[in-house]
Amino acid sequence: MMLQKIHVRFFILLSLLLVVLVCVNISLGSVDIPALEVFNSIVGASSKSSWDYIITNYRLPKAITAIIAGGGLAISGLLMQTLFRNPLAGPFVLGLSSGASLGVAILILGAGAISGVFSSFLLGPWSLVIASALGSFIVLLALLAVTLKVKDTMAILIIGLMFGSLTGAVVAVLSYFSDAEQLQQFVFWSFGSLGNQTWQGIVIISLCFFIGLLLSVYSAKSLNALLLGENYAKSMGLKIKKNMLVIILATSILAGGITAFVGPIAFIGLAVPHLTRQFIKTSNHFVLIPAVALSGAILMLVCDTIAQLPGTVYTLPINAITSLVGAPVVIWLLVRKRKLIF
Amino acid sequence: MDNLSQHTVIKCQDLSIGYQNKKKTSVIASTINFSITQGTLVALVGSNGIGKSTLLKSLTAMLPTLSGSLQIDATEITAYSALALSNKLSVVLTEAPASKNLTVLELVSLGRQPHTNWMGSLTQNDKDIIQQALEDTDLASLKHKNCFELSDGQLQRVYIARALAQDTPLIILDEPTTHLDLYHRAAIVKLLKKLTVEKNKTILFSTHEIDLAIQISDKMLVMTPQNIAFDSPCNLIKQGSFDVLFPNEIVVFDKKTGRFSVT
Repeated sequence: MMLQKIHVRFFILLSLLLVVLVCVNISLGSVDIPALEVFNSIVGASSKSSWDYIITNYRLPKAITAIIAGGGLAISGLLMQTLFRNPLAGPFVLGLSSGASLGVAILILGAGAISGVFSSFLLGPWSLVIASALGSFIVLLALLAVTLKVKDTMAILIIGLMFGSLTGAVVAVLSYFSDAEQLQQFVFWSFGSLGNQTWQGIVIISLCFFIGLLLSVYSAKSLNALLLGENYAKSMGLKIKKNMLVIILATSILAGGITAFVGPIAFIGLAVPHLTRQFIKTSNHFVLIPAVALSGAILMLVCDTIAQLPGTVYTLPINAITSLVGAPVVIWLLVRKRKLIF
Repeated sequence: MDNLSQHTVIKCQDLSIGYQNKKKTSVIASTINFSITQGTLVALVGSNGIGKSTLLKSLTAMLPTLSGSLQIDATEITAYSALALSNKLSVVLTEAPASKNLTVLELVSLGRQPHTNWMGSLTQNDKDIIQQALEDTDLASLKHKNCFELSDGQLQRVYIARALAQDTPLIILDEPTTHLDLYHRAAIVKLLKKLTVEKNKTILFSTHEIDLAIQISDKMLVMTPQNIAFDSPCNLIKQGSFDVLFPNEIVVFDKKTGRFSVT
């Protein structure tokens, strides 16, 4: 019941696909590196030092970031869909990314307003993560407060939209008072980018990812119960408040932590859980969480490979590519199934 | 009858139910007294808005009671932890599960949650109980179907099977017969009756099918604005409890046939 043979086969397939895509992703770019060399370089037996340099300093960090960002956002989307009983839930749609942006905007733009010496301390990678995770945590709490009061799935979508506008407004006000350099820093962040990550940054998002993943797996049984709704979950002995808090914590650490480094990325959180459910016929979160994480990583790698426009020196914003891929997927699912189920 | 079936499963004394917030308390019903012994099928009837759902919510600890005593298995309901109560009492609610993407087997298996470890892994014993629940509700052939593929009557049986899989002595159902045609309404109530007889379950369900309830249930709870009467259907007919169930101008109760008819 827990892990059927078909699931095991599915996982093996996904893992193989992931490995192949990592090699493809690293080998393609402004300079094409043969896939075999990529493999050799990762193992530590490379021949050409310039390729080695590109791989260890640019492409490998970017590929790891893509895997973690894709996997993490997809898990947070899955958790939110179950928690809010809403197939349209996802970190971007419900304003989690906006909340994270707001946190980051206040940090980057606000820090400049305070003082120059102080700001260099404030803008370290940890404070970025904390501001971003705090922003998304606050949005999630607000969303949850609304869902407990208003039993209408429409309401939380509207709240998500409102947070988006609110963020836009606060950012506009802040940018009016901050200087060009800080504004530019924020604007570049908000485009979303998987590249230019330091190894320190990668350690931090990996940490966020694994904490989020652990909390999600710990909550998997309660998530399964929540598929029946809160009242049924309660009647089966679930400590509802405690479990919901853990789920919210996991979601905001995942979405907030990842958004802090790669910027707001649309559609991965919303589309990947639905895509995964097309291939794996189960609602058991013990199977869904790893499946969704793998699929998210795969989709993100595909988007990133497209974004770096193989053979050219240009790189497109990753957010544009995820939307170009994600939006048609959601529309296609809606049209084909006539409704999204979760 | 032996001792086991005389065992009192649920007992209310001077119970008041209703809603309470900081500003005011609104009492829906008060001085509720009844006790239900094991293996009985009890139907709860009353007109719309009388407070049947409120009573069931209070009995299942989803809503705190206002005053009086409510005991499940001779222990106050407030003394139970959520997990301990889930070993005594399972529910079938009117609300549809949030997800309909579950298969029948998955949904029924969720009923084992109070008994499984943190991963929810099922032992052979759990699997046997789930299989038995599926067979008792005649769902064994449908177990790999998704819930969104089922009819309303089949879905209702799935929810009942989930409650059976939870393996509690007491099952409380909120209007399990709504949205069903006559045949399926009768089938559900007969299934409940069978479970009380064969499995010695104690079952309390609310319903608008008064005729059906009079024919098949052991005891009935009749909610009227004045009081809540609790007795066997025959005695309730004699006492005239059904005559005051609804205002008299449109429907009247015929004591001979045990049915309501339109005037």
